[in-house]
Amino acid sequence: MTEKNVVTAIHDTLHERMAADERVVILGEDIATRGGVFRVTQGFLDEFGEERVIDTPIAEGMIVGVAVGMALHGLLPVAEIEFADFIHPAFDQMVSEVSRMRYRTNGDFGLPMVVRAPYGGGVHGALYHSQSIEAFYGHIPGLKVVVPSTPYDATGMLRAAIDDPDPVLFLEHKRTYRLIKGDVPDEPFVVPIGKADVKREGDDLSVISYGLMLHVCLEAASRLQDQEGVKAEVVDVRTINPLDTETILTSVRKTGKAMVVYEDNRTYGAGAEIAATIAEEAMFDLDGPIVRIGGPDVPAMGFATNLEHAFLPDADRIYTHMLELARF
Amino acid sequence: MPSEDGDVATRVTTAASHEALGLGEDDLLSIHRTMLTARLVDEASFRLNRQGKAPFVVPVSGHEGCQVGTAWALRRGQDIWVPYYRDVAVVLVAGMTPVEIFLGLFAKADDPSSGGRQMPSHWGSRRLGIISHSSPIATQVPHAAGIAYAAKYRKEDAVVGCWFGEGATSEGAWHEGMNFAGIHKLPIVFICENNQYAISVAQAKQMAVENVADRGPAYGFPGVVVDGSDVIACYGAMRTAVDRARAGEGPTLIEAKTYRFFPHTSDDDDRSYRTREEVEAAKHRDPLHLFEHYLRKVGVLEKSAVDELAVEVKAEVDKAVDQAWSAPDPEPSSLTRHVFSEGDEA
Ligand SMILES: Cc1ncc(C[n+]2csc(CCOP(=O)(O)OP(=O)(O)O)c2C)c(N)n1
Ligand SMILES: [Mg+2]
Repeated sequence: MTEKNVVTAIHDTLHERMAADERVVILGEDIATRGGVFRVTQGFLDEFGEERVIDTPIAEGMIVGVAVGMALHGLLPVAEIEFADFIHPAFDQMVSEVSRMRYRTNGDFGLPMVVRAPYGGGVHGALYHSQSIEAFYGHIPGLKVVVPSTPYDATGMLRAAIDDPDPVLFLEHKRTYRLIKGDVPDEPFVVPIGKADVKREGDDLSVISYGLMLHVCLEAASRLQDQEGVKAEVVDVRTINPLDTETILTSVRKTGKAMVVYEDNRTYGAGAEIAATIAEEAMFDLDGPIVRIGGPDVPAMGFATNLEHAFLPDADRIYTHMLELARF
Repeated sequence: MPSEDGDVATRVTTAASHEALGLGEDDLLSIHRTMLTARLVDEASFRLNRQGKAPFVVPVSGHEGCQVGTAWALRRGQDIWVPYYRDVAVVLVAGMTPVEIFLGLFAKADDPSSGGRQMPSHWGSRRLGIISHSSPIATQVPHAAGIAYAAKYRKEDAVVGCWFGEGATSEGAWHEGMNFAGIHKLPIVFICENNQYAISVAQAKQMAVENVADRGPAYGFPGVVVDGSDVIACYGAMRTAVDRARAGEGPTLIEAKTYRFFPHTSDDDDRSYRTREEVEAAKHRDPLHLFEHYLRKVGVLEKSAVDELAVEVKAEVDKAVDQAWSAPDPEPSSLTRHVFSEGDEA
């Protein structure tokens, strides 16, 4: 076991895979000489050389498109989008190419590739360095979208993503990078894509979340138990698509109460799909209304500290809603 | 005037004789047969369209010279073809058969490109090294660059050919792919089939430059203009570019000036944007006829042999149509397959 933070977990896992397999190459903006704006690929250039660690021009559609070509010709590219906010120019490649290559060729071509993107707020990123993008991509069949939120999950899921024969959008919450620490086994292990995880057990209500909000929910759940004796079960979605409805529904059926918490704008967010799934599949197991907490429907969080706080659901607010739902 | 060295502006290649390019009589006859096959595939496809058997046809006629000429310089089984929808003749050179083309036209289960999922003329075959492309214009250009990067990384002796129209060169993806290829001196040849129109939009409304090839030097590699009606000249330009790519000297942008004889697709009516006189005038430079003239001139093919050959190839094409038409349709239940790997792919 080694205690590490999320950014170190990703660094170490990428390093491990590059050392083990020459087919793994990485490409993105500032990833080589500088080692990435978040230092995820620090030291890689010296160790693996510029053929495998590629500083690209600032052209996100090209980064993803070139990765497609590499994946078509025997490599296992891991592309980095410097900030998820800047992935939008690559939307066409992601939707029209990455997600459809296997389907449109009736299984003839596959794309074993990973696109990593730091996303999310709470870092004074304002409108263009804070966005959540999972809903745009969770909507696309043919693309796996994962959101690990702990060093353990980031390690196991990055291994799974690189090993996957299909494309994976690997979302890393920027605020968790250095904030969240945890033990990671030194022996190799994989966390399968498509499996949610109960991060805290409880019988009184289910709270379904991911990303930074998962940690906020865990904090609120812990306080709730200490102060009110209410036991919330916290489910970490981990994979946005394909969604592990079974784990979510099992928890909801057990507690009879469901709350979904996510940072993205509330309307049409990933939490809407989760809430709809619960409503469709577990309506008669529920003892209260499904509660959905998301970011407000404004374009993004502001730069000012209080504007940022006003956007992000916090532990106090989640605590209040949890208590209300538990008492319903 | 463009300078000759291609560093700052377009270099113009002129036709060399086939001997000088190392083409023998067999090559000439195969090139001719491929061009003729493409032409007759077109004719059959439009006939099938009028009969209601083929809902959508993308014609190639007019482009056979630049397609066969450029594709001929790549090697099957080693080099990679990244075509676009107009490239019937490119995929014929790459090894796709007329039967396979018609399986695609009829959206049959055994359509090698997509099993009847994509519109016709969206080519792809892993076996043949033809890279699948989609409908959004120019998205294949960065793919081609990525493939060339991988080929170079793996120290393969492979060259990538990437084809597109002049309209495609307005897309960001085109510029971005060219830029990446230039930075890494990739083993790739970009071929623009400039037929002067992107559906209805004339070149003057697409770009302020006269030659697409002028853009090559902006990305650090030569741009070459070639007469797309002259199949031998196209081969010569491609030969030079492929040799250069294989020698590790980087990409080349070839612009073949060509013309499309039919509407953009079977759904288009080109009378709304170009005159009949213009189309008829362009047919005087029909690459197939010009090449037949050349073959007669160099004594490789008699006039009577040309006529006989046309009958023979037409019979072949008709047979391919019948065979493809009677092939099974895809199973409706297959709709949900291959979204993700099914674990048994090669
Ligand atoms: C991104 C995108 N925009 C628009 C279209 C519609 N479209 C299909 S073909 C075409 C014209 C392309 O012209 P060009 O690249 O010159 O090729 P040509 O058809 O002339 O061979 C257009 C606009 C498309 N397929 N993709
Ligand atoms: Mg055109």
